[in-house]
Amino acid sequence: MRFARQSLRIAAKDLRAEMRTKEALNAALAFGVVILVIFSFVLDPGSEAIREMSGGLLWLTFVFAGALILNRAFARELPNDCLDTLLAAPLSGAALFLGKTLASFVLLIIVEGICLPIFGVLYDINWLLQPGLLAAVLLLATWGISVIGTVFSALTVNLRLRELMLPMLVYPIMIPALMAAMRLTTLLVTNEPISNDDWIWFRLLIGFDIIFTSLALGLVEIVLIG
Amino acid sequence: MREKILYGAGILGTLWLVRNLYVICLVLPDETAQGAIYRNLFFHVPSWFVSFTAYFAAGLASIAYVAKRNPVADTLAVACVEVGLVFTCVGLATGSIWARIIWGIWWTWDARLTWALITAVIYAGYLMLRRAIDDPTTRAKNAAVLCIFSFVSVMITYKSIEWWRTQHPDPVLSFRTGGGTIDPAMESAVFQNMLALALLAAVMIAVRMRQEAALREVDSLRRMAHAR
Amino acid sequence: MSAVVLNAVWKYFGDFAAVQDISLALPPASCLALLGRNGAGKTTVLRMLAGLSTPSQGRVEVLGMPSGDVRARARIGILGHGIGVYDELSAAENLRLFAGLYELPDADRAVTRWLERTWLDHVRDSPAREFSRGMRQRLAVARAFLAQPDLLLLDEPFTSLDDRAIALLQSLLAEALAGGTSVVMSTHQVREAMEMATHAALLVRGKLAHFGPRPPEMLNDPGWLYRTYGEA
Repeated sequence: MRFARQSLRIAAKDLRAEMRTKEALNAALAFGVVILVIFSFVLDPGSEAIREMSGGLLWLTFVFAGALILNRAFARELPNDCLDTLLAAPLSGAALFLGKTLASFVLLIIVEGICLPIFGVLYDINWLLQPGLLAAVLLLATWGISVIGTVFSALTVNLRLRELMLPMLVYPIMIPALMAAMRLTTLLVTNEPISNDDWIWFRLLIGFDIIFTSLALGLVEIVLIG
Repeated sequence: MREKILYGAGILGTLWLVRNLYVICLVLPDETAQGAIYRNLFFHVPSWFVSFTAYFAAGLASIAYVAKRNPVADTLAVACVEVGLVFTCVGLATGSIWARIIWGIWWTWDARLTWALITAVIYAGYLMLRRAIDDPTTRAKNAAVLCIFSFVSVMITYKSIEWWRTQHPDPVLSFRTGGGTIDPAMESAVFQNMLALALLAAVMIAVRMRQEAALREVDSLRRMAHAR
Repeated sequence: MSAVVLNAVWKYFGDFAAVQDISLALPPASCLALLGRNGAGKTTVLRMLAGLSTPSQGRVEVLGMPSGDVRARARIGILGHGIGVYDELSAAENLRLFAGLYELPDADRAVTRWLERTWLDHVRDSPAREFSRGMRQRLAVARAFLAQPDLLLLDEPFTSLDDRAIALLQSLLAEALAGGTSVVMSTHQVREAMEMATHAALLVRGKLAHFGPRPPEMLNDPGWLYRTYGEA
């Protein structure tokens, strides 16, 4: 399908460009590790409290570091007026958005994949206990974060204060997905079974992803064409 | 003519509010468990309903703008968000005061208060985005999209936080508990105040919209002057 | 069917009317030289033709379709102020991206052909970041012509081109025009533009001061149009 092909072209372009310089990736990784280290002063590593907070700590690290990557989504098109060239091409705004979301998603997963073992080592937490479900949580929550981050990157791309405004707008909207991710991650990492009550968080993640992806695909064209 | 209606509605709302205050403070007796501070309820609960209704209206106005690109829709959206934010802050303040008196702490992370704080931040962000964009058409367009996202998020967040934790007193209004937990006179006072505050909110929204319309007119006059 | 139609078009940016009540129709296979001082509205008009911007009032049509229509965009090539290529990607990768976006049937061959024509074949796998300014300009030209567009929109294309690049662009434009492509080109370099322009339009502070076939006086006297229809 043409839409899928165009999206994949954009995603491939973004990933290829990012892999050449790895600027955003390195910055996000460095930031993630710094946060993990700083938290060690807040909490007493090895205490029981860490286990209960593990999900929260992990996802805080992911979203703060991830903001660096999400901000780049549309900002990388500003040099050389590339955004105009893309918008003048026979490419629908929705395909452009989806491609960029895919690229951000992949980059975020890479950051998470590297931060997770570091987290496990620094805080003595075994995160391989329920790998399948943990992977599902990572994928679902990261997709939600990518969608929101990319849409808001488009909304703020032409603003002077983009770097300041993007986090302020984006974090409150992500809260439901973060809550679900944090709760589930804590359960999975401390190897507690997922009770019937807790499956609701999976449903929340899926619902969040579906609702906001549809909304974004429908509305992003309006944001991009002036 | 329109001005007269607005003035009339404003005066009516204010008088109603004064009447409600009289009833609330002097006529109704103290509540058995909480004492005098329970009267906070009469402002706290209506504030929530009014602000949520305002946000809902803003969401609808934003959808209307996206569909029709009518600047009046954009004006309605910003007016509703501003007034809604005011009432959210009133709700936060009254909730905080009530919590301080009853539980001894200024803030509790219970479901409703947390949700209210998040909602306030989300819509403050909306107003910030509007301020950051100079061109009116781009501002209206992007703000409309943000408002739609914000409202959907606000609704999802409400449900999520409810699932997360609850420390808030159980609902006392009869339509939520099926009757029996609140004196009918008190209940009627809550609804009366809700309507009074809603009327005042509507007046404020209308005034704000007139202000935006005047701004637009000045805008186009300035354009004509520049064009020469 | 006209190549380009503007009908009572206005464009506001806040208070400022960048374009005021412009109407013109350009016949197919023509080359329109869009002249005017800085800030006259040339870039705004080109952006509306490209579908990057919607008019506040009025109608803009390109190739018989409303501007911004996907089918129209597939047949338009643009060359703006920014070169529109990605610094991190190589010349070939840049062109292949756009060949894909424009869904060219034989992308690899088209990319190679255009790299050769713009004398970039020897650096096809080097990142655009390493190119000299002239090379980047030529890559932008290759990108604009890659999809064999029916309409070319060029915003001050001769600015900061070296003489080789100017000659290249002129020959490509002549070839395109001969093949039936229409061109709308804003420029300050009137002399270069006049050689191939069939029509000329002058914008003065957002208004259309003159539009018509290229006056023969302009070949020898580039400032003629400004003096006759514009301000001193």
